[in-house]
Amino acid sequence: MKKLPLLGDEAIAQAAIDAGITAIYAYPGTPSTEITEYVIRSKQAKEKGIKAHWTSNEKTAVEAAIGVSYAGKRAMACMKHVGLNVAADPFMNSAITGANGGLIIVSADDPSMHSSQNEQDSRYYGKFALVPILEPHDQQEAYDMVHYGFDLSEKYGTPVLMRITTRLAHSRAGVTLMEPKPENELKLPVDLRQFVLLPSIARKRYDILLSKQEAFEQESMESGFNKLVDGIDKKLGVIVSGIAYNYIMENFQHRNFPYPLLRITQYPLPTRMVKQLVDSVDEVLVIEEGYPFIEEQLKGILGIGKPVHGRLDGTLPRKGELNPNVVGKAFGIETYHREETYDFLVNRPPQLCNGCPHIDSYEALNEALAEYTSGRVMSDIGCYTLGAYPPFNSINSCVDMGASITMAKGAADAGLVPAVSVIGDSTFMHSGITGLVDCVAYNTPITILIVDNETTAMTGGQKSMALGRLESVVLGTGVHPDHMHVIDPRRKNHEKNVEIFKKELAYQGVSVIIARRECIVALDEIRKEKQKLSKVDQ
Amino acid sequence: MNTNGFFKRDIIIAGVGGQGIVSIASAIGYATLEAKLFFKQSEVHGMSQRGGEVQSHFRISNEPIHSDLIPMGSADLILSVEPMEALRYINYLSKDGIIISNKNPYQNIPNYPDLNKIWEAILSVPNSMIIDADEEARKLGSSKSANMILLGAAADRIGIAFSMLENAIKTLFARKGDRMVEINIAALRKGREIFLGK
Repeated sequence: MKKLPLLGDEAIAQAAIDAGITAIYAYPGTPSTEITEYVIRSKQAKEKGIKAHWTSNEKTAVEAAIGVSYAGKRAMACMKHVGLNVAADPFMNSAITGANGGLIIVSADDPSMHSSQNEQDSRYYGKFALVPILEPHDQQEAYDMVHYGFDLSEKYGTPVLMRITTRLAHSRAGVTLMEPKPENELKLPVDLRQFVLLPSIARKRYDILLSKQEAFEQESMESGFNKLVDGIDKKLGVIVSGIAYNYIMENFQHRNFPYPLLRITQYPLPTRMVKQLVDSVDEVLVIEEGYPFIEEQLKGILGIGKPVHGRLDGTLPRKGELNPNVVGKAFGIETYHREETYDFLVNRPPQLCNGCPHIDSYEALNEALAEYTSGRVMSDIGCYTLGAYPPFNSINSCVDMGASITMAKGAADAGLVPAVSVIGDSTFMHSGITGLVDCVAYNTPITILIVDNETTAMTGGQKSMALGRLESVVLGTGVHPDHMHVIDPRRKNHEKNVEIFKKELAYQGVSVIIARRECIVALDEIRKEKQKLSKVDQ
Repeated sequence: MNTNGFFKRDIIIAGVGGQGIVSIASAIGYATLEAKLFFKQSEVHGMSQRGGEVQSHFRISNEPIHSDLIPMGSADLILSVEPMEALRYINYLSKDGIIISNKNPYQNIPNYPDLNKIWEAILSVPNSMIIDADEEARKLGSSKSANMILLGAAADRIGIAFSMLENAIKTLFARKGDRMVEINIAALRKGREIFLGK
């Protein structure tokens, strides 16, 4: 069979193509972006007519995927962990409606927050929604589990959550492919009210979901992904999930692993396998990437009458990404330490690129705000968040997608006038529009700077939904045309732009200033999207 | 490290976001495929790519590889496009590991340390080497091929047949035309010559 060198993300994408998906939807977010990007670029996907769409946000992505599933076909929606917060409403309710065509939601967690605001563990969402969770330990298993996941989804009529973490998402290894399948035929649900979650129907659907739980656990026991392997030393039993398994094996390379080991890659937890392991040993060690999800379930409130070690008792760090060394240490294995230390090393934080349009936007904004007290600028998530660092020191918040506008509204309501919001074009389309509607509805004294670089830049230049329609969207929310400006953020326009900022900061109502200049590293991507737009116009 | 037929090379490739360490990793990747060895290569995506510190863990073996991350204390080589970045990952280096680093700093921070201290620290790791890859690349007619000078210098340490690295460059730069392929192969060879002291 064909073998390809694939990132974990790409293995999931290739598997989705081979498993016969009809559509994949996503909003870009590290470390999940490369899944959808791969399908968009895949010749095979194009030939199969697969719809690979960037969406306005994660909620619309999951909803569209549910629609595909309703029509009897296979769909995938992908996001980073915090994206699942945005998509939580359709995700939770899709567990109640159930699936018709196979439905997989992929959430990529980012322990250690390499590119994120928190390190939340998506497995809690899976348990919350009462759906099966798949947590592959390597690239090959990620590929295999997508195939299995679609079958599982259709067998039980349930959405399936696949949870990966940064290290698997962005690590490349050889992956052997399976024979590709065609897409499903169009086939609506037998009961055309299955997806109508009126209370009377929702209550029945919830009963159905609850009644499936035993079967889900049986699958966890019998699918073959969860493995219980006996060991000669019964002093300790080990439960390990996902990628953490690799770190154990790394430490025991060329040695037999002495302890009984339960490897978990599928949930709900297989109770009987857990019990079998725990009964056979004196103490238990739980190793998992992310929160102590299994460890807490195992211990409960009252414990199991045997010591349980893991992240909660300090055997492993309470937070952050695991690695071979901290896992080795949990087994008492010490690693070689070099003697050198260099006290002169300094950090090198990420920064705006040379020539980035945001630099000119922040310089103009800073100058216009100089006459006011500081601390007025609520911002958002994107490259422009780097405006928090020197030399700009321009922004005072970054909480979640779209929060710049709504937080600035709240700050203005509290008396901080003028309040300023800085938000990117793609983030504005993701979750900024509704906040702007709120501001217009109450004529909030607020100045919103949309830094429009015509792309989703931080994640590598994906299509921005704002391209070609930003002004009409802003005006459509009811912003007065006299208080919407489009400026060109360049050195030579600095004085002119400062004046516009000053005028609008003084205005006691909603102002929107769109600072438009292309991202300098995504010029090629932007040009391609513009060409597509002009074709649509013709 | 080559006992009982077991072969492994753990390589940290270091630099600053935007310096193109991915092209080095890709070249090693193609060579590994031709050599029919197992590999795992962990990359940095996302925010750090904007001028921040970035590294790639490249693992090669003739047996299946478990961890995507190189354990601390076990890297055979730190290959760095930037001198200070080479030192950032010193804890990963094994007892016999070496550093091969570019000479020239990427100064996008106001508090860049004393360069002489950095060079001295690199050279105090036995068998390590600092190369002015940018200057060597300029002499060959393409400043962009500095990365391939460094890869060439590391070739013997990586332990894959040199011809396979050359083939990798042919694959990697094929889209950019014959001249780019030639320049980058010349850079690869030059790097190896420098390492071997010719």
